Amino acid sequence: MRRNGRALLFAGLFYAPLVSADWQVNLIEGATEISRSVYNLHMVIFYICVAIAVIVFGVMFWSIFWHRKSRGAKAAHFHESTWVEIAWTIVPVIILVSMAVPASTTLIQMYDKNSAELDIQITGYQWKWRYQYLNQDIDFFSSLSTPPEQISNEQIKGENYLLEVDKPLVIPAGKKIRFLLTSNDVIHSWWVPALAVKKDAIPGFVNESWTRVDQPGIYRGQCAELCGRDHGFMPIVVEVKSPEDYQMWVAEQASLKVVEQQSAQKEWSQAELMIRGEAVYKASCAACHQLEGQGIPGVFPALVGSPLMSGDSAEHIDAVLHGRSGTAMQAFAEQLNTVDLAAVITYERSAWGNQGGAVTVQQIAELLKE
Amino acid sequence: MGSIEQSVQSTDHHGPAKGITRWLYTTNHKDIGTLYLLFSLTMFFIGGCMALTIRAELFQPGLQLIMPEFFNQMTTMHGLIMVFGAVMPAFVGLANWMIPMMVGAPDMALPRMNNWSFWILPFAFSMMLSTLLMEGGAPNFGWTFYAPLSTTYAPPSVTFFIFAVHMMGISSIMGAINVIATILNMRVPGMKLMDMPLFVWTWLITAFLLIAVMPVLAGVVTMMLMDIHFGTSFFDAAGGGDPVLFQHVFWFFGHPEVYIMILPAFGVVSEIIPTFARKRLFGYASMVYATASIAILSFIVWAHHMFTVGLPLVGELFFMYTTMLIAVPTGVKVFNWVATMFRGSMTFETPMLFSLAFVVLFTIGGFSGLMLAIAPADFQYHDTYFVVAHFHYVLVPGSVFSIMAAAYFWLPKWTGHMYNEAMGKLHFWLSFIGVNVTFFPMHFLGLAGMPRRIPDYALQFADFNMVATFGAFLFGFSQLIFVYNVISCIRSGKKATAQVWEGSHGLEWTLSSPPPYHSFTEPPAFTSPHRANG
Repeated sequence: MRRNGRALLFAGLFYAPLVSADWQVNLIEGATEISRSVYNLHMVIFYICVAIAVIVFGVMFWSIFWHRKSRGAKAAHFHESTWVEIAWTIVPVIILVSMAVPASTTLIQMYDKNSAELDIQITGYQWKWRYQYLNQDIDFFSSLSTPPEQISNEQIKGENYLLEVDKPLVIPAGKKIRFLLTSNDVIHSWWVPALAVKKDAIPGFVNESWTRVDQPGIYRGQCAELCGRDHGFMPIVVEVKSPEDYQMWVAEQASLKVVEQQSAQKEWSQAELMIRGEAVYKASCAACHQLEGQGIPGVFPALVGSPLMSGDSAEHIDAVLHGRSGTAMQAFAEQLNTVDLAAVITYERSAWGNQGGAVTVQQIAELLKE
Repeated sequence: MGSIEQSVQSTDHHGPAKGITRWLYTTNHKDIGTLYLLFSLTMFFIGGCMALTIRAELFQPGLQLIMPEFFNQMTTMHGLIMVFGAVMPAFVGLANWMIPMMVGAPDMALPRMNNWSFWILPFAFSMMLSTLLMEGGAPNFGWTFYAPLSTTYAPPSVTFFIFAVHMMGISSIMGAINVIATILNMRVPGMKLMDMPLFVWTWLITAFLLIAVMPVLAGVVTMMLMDIHFGTSFFDAAGGGDPVLFQHVFWFFGHPEVYIMILPAFGVVSEIIPTFARKRLFGYASMVYATASIAILSFIVWAHHMFTVGLPLVGELFFMYTTMLIAVPTGVKVFNWVATMFRGSMTFETPMLFSLAFVVLFTIGGFSGLMLAIAPADFQYHDTYFVVAHFHYVLVPGSVFSIMAAAYFWLPKWTGHMYNEAMGKLHFWLSFIGVNVTFFPMHFLGLAGMPRRIPDYALQFADFNMVATFGAFLFGFSQLIFVYNVISCIRSGKKATAQVWEGSHGLEWTLSSPPPYHSFTEPPAFTSPHRANG
């Protein structure tokens, strides 16, 4: 009940369709022209099905009630009627054609990817999304921001439990945006119900889709294709801003870049790297190697006591930077900045009793330049 | 000397061997039918326990009982076991028991192969279940095992899974060959194809589907094996392969497969409804043609499972139209069943209750199927709980209810004893309520946006998940009533007559209950009251 009340309160503040009241029983109308026509299509077909159900089950229950042996019903002897059988082949065909026409219209509309004003490449990773704004210097990863303590029931769950990310996809309202979808590892599927966009992100393929959202707001969705152990923890948040706010956001991204470059120049002490490294480890590594670095036997190797963590740092760095082909270990060189890379490698080499020692930001920067 | 005499004797009276060897070496269609049914029931409970593990975890948001890896293993194994271990073998068991008796034959056409096709299964499933104990765990990539998740990122146990699938496929093909040979060669003189009972017809068509698509499944798992162990790149884009190729090949098998699991159910219901309506089946010929049309259409609609992979517009339109078309023959079947009831003289014994529930709930599953066929709307439904609701409505109150109906309908014939009607009705009503409480809310969950195969979910999905879990436990535990009823029917139970039900006709009801060990040693007289086509 508490949740109910709070959801209603929030529904008034933001238009966040996935966070409406409990007991939601129907599709949402959504926030785009396409999503509304999909909703209408859905309702039309639903009502046709209900009408057919009423007629067919009506006759059936009529028979069950009136043609019971216990009421003295005597069985009739008919068991064929050509014209009836032809009629109930033809009539459904007519109904189907009447459904197929609006369905085809909507589908053709959805496939019209012309004249987009902004192209964004979306890449699925186990288990995060990467958003690259084509022809702009914006490129970031977006992953679940719900604290693990909420998932393991040690903390009260927040309003947007499992539907919140560290960095949402930001797009301008009223503009046609084309999405190019692909994947880095397995098949994922990018789905935001309010936009009626669901398209698979497939390694080796580039799929297209598009949207034009009328109103600013926050729209939430999730990965919709089984992609491994954290499939349920791969949300999508789309923040639609007014064109002016969007421009401000774009400018902000450029200044963030400068800050990041400056921090890479700074001298980082091992203690600072450890603190930062722990945070990075939790966000990027703990899903597979577990919080205590114990791994999952037979699936993800343990980091505790691993020779890789205590031996020569070059091999460890190479694994983190370039991944291990044929395994779930990703190349983190493209996902994390130099400071984060140095921090997390330092953390892994020194945490849980590992004796590998620190690596420096400069060391990583040198390797990345090569 | 003694043993020779004994063997001469046992050849004389054609009785079953004694002890365990009766079951190991048996070539008798009834014994093999029983083995299949018992195997299926065992798998139904194993797969059911996995389903309850899943539902228990989903009772509340957050991770309580199991971790995501194990959750994925459970969903995968639940699906594989229910499809290949419970539903398919149950129908093969029914076919083994009933087809020779319905066509007036002494046994199946290829009895020794029949023994083989059953005994492969326990080995296949032991192999599959053993993966649960392996390092890295059981297969965790869903029953559809999409590449590259199942090739590049799977646990090592995937190889055992591939060989288990191969063995199941071999078993199914051998079973199908046997069914076809029996039906085409061993019908009693005078029984034309269009005189056959519908259960025989639906199985004949199903057997052809099996022979057509099981090699495709074998092909796709072999390609996986090659990719994993022999350096090929069928499904690996980095090596020039194509992950979507996997889905095309898989669903070219997978879509006909779903009809393999429902066509025999149509047959069962078409036997039961006329019996308890005391009226001939309406539109026998159109039932046969509708079944054949569904089977043919099933080969050209596979990509409706793949509307979101990025098919070209023309492809989406083609698969949308052909999929919608399936509603026509399926509708004909439903209308015919209703017309059979219309102006009948109906009674409501347990098999009839399960059959009536089948008609209503399967039709609801058909409606959601029609909605899923509409490609633009499917973008919203695809891979959500709406799909889970849809296929559970066609598989549980569809296939499983029809198997239950068949079991109650033919138990008196098989055992010679009547089952307990009151307990049967209790079983029905608890199952009926349980199934609907479990699966109906899943429609709402899917429409509200809950993806399938997630171990934990956002808060607004909490209430319906709780309801579904209650329903699942109710449905699961009420199946124990069925087991108790079957056991007490075999052991005690009132004596059953040969005809058993007032409205039954057809050759199987001319045999005593239980029937003699070799059903028809002499071809029976096949006269008009036994004809299915009226």
